[in-house]
Amino acid sequence: MKNNFIVREVANLFIPIIVLFGFYVQFHGDFGPGGGFQAGVIVAVGIILYALVHGLQKTRQLILEVYIRFLMAFGLLLFAATGLASLILGGEFLNYSVLGSDQLTGQHIGIILIELGVGITVAAVMVAIFFAFVGRDAK
Amino acid sequence: MLAATAVALLCVRGLFVASMLTGIYSLLSTALFVLLDAVDVAFTEAAVGAGITTVLFLAMLSKIPSRSERSQAFNFQPLPFLVVLLTGGILVYATQDMPEFGDPKAPANLHVAPKYIIESEKETGLPNMVTAVLASYRGYDTLGEVTVIFTAGVGVLLLLGRKRRRVLGESVEE
Repeated sequence: MKNNFIVREVANLFIPIIVLFGFYVQFHGDFGPGGGFQAGVIVAVGIILYALVHGLQKTRQLILEVYIRFLMAFGLLLFAATGLASLILGGEFLNYSVLGSDQLTGQHIGIILIELGVGITVAAVMVAIFFAFVGRDAK
Repeated sequence: MLAATAVALLCVRGLFVASMLTGIYSLLSTALFVLLDAVDVAFTEAAVGAGITTVLFLAMLSKIPSRSERSQAFNFQPLPFLVVLLTGGILVYATQDMPEFGDPKAPANLHVAPKYIIESEKETGLPNMVTAVLASYRGYDTLGEVTVIFTAGVGVLLLLGRKRRRVLGESVEE
């Protein structure tokens, strides 16, 4: 698909919109449908579309695999760390009410943090799986 | 239409057609979820089932030989068919005992659901109840899910993502 002008241009137009929509779903998940999981998948789709159109090699140069592996673990650790933070601050594990000055603020901070963790892990894992499958005999 | 797609999926032999049909199946179930007002589930199904899975299937298809040797004859086996028919019959029979769809007196709607519906906005400040339940009340479960996804990613990377190492001048077979 690399040489198809129309596909390439349309994809270039859409990739920023897809990723932006992913972030919208991520941070608006508290109010509308969506959340970390869906947002992670959407962002990953944007990156995969880029890889399909511009080739795997170029994508690998842009997004180093070390970072992807790091982010896979980072998202999960962010989730667990939020839980631990609430534990240390005097609540139960994953009880976010103690994170903020009052219950609602605390819940909000906690939920945004763990959704971010979910989103980061899901996006990184999806991209990692795609790279692993597609890049098998490219080496 | 879901059933028709499922039957078609069983009958086709080509892998490309089959993966396209799974995508269509996912899209149809998305429509079903929207009809049932489960927007969050529909969102996930559309993104994962219809989107990522199909792309991964197609990526795999481009890596394997296009024509695998398979017997074209429709291989009918009576015993598995009977077992499937029996299990399906029992499941349909069991649905007779299930509460009516949307019944407010159903056990599932009496346990913690009213508490979530009434108090989740007050306790968490989130208008979206699904997010409130997933992220706050059921935080443990979500943490477990993320761990599962992480483990799956690590597994795939261990199996496929490794660079071929040269041992004694010989490339290791994967």
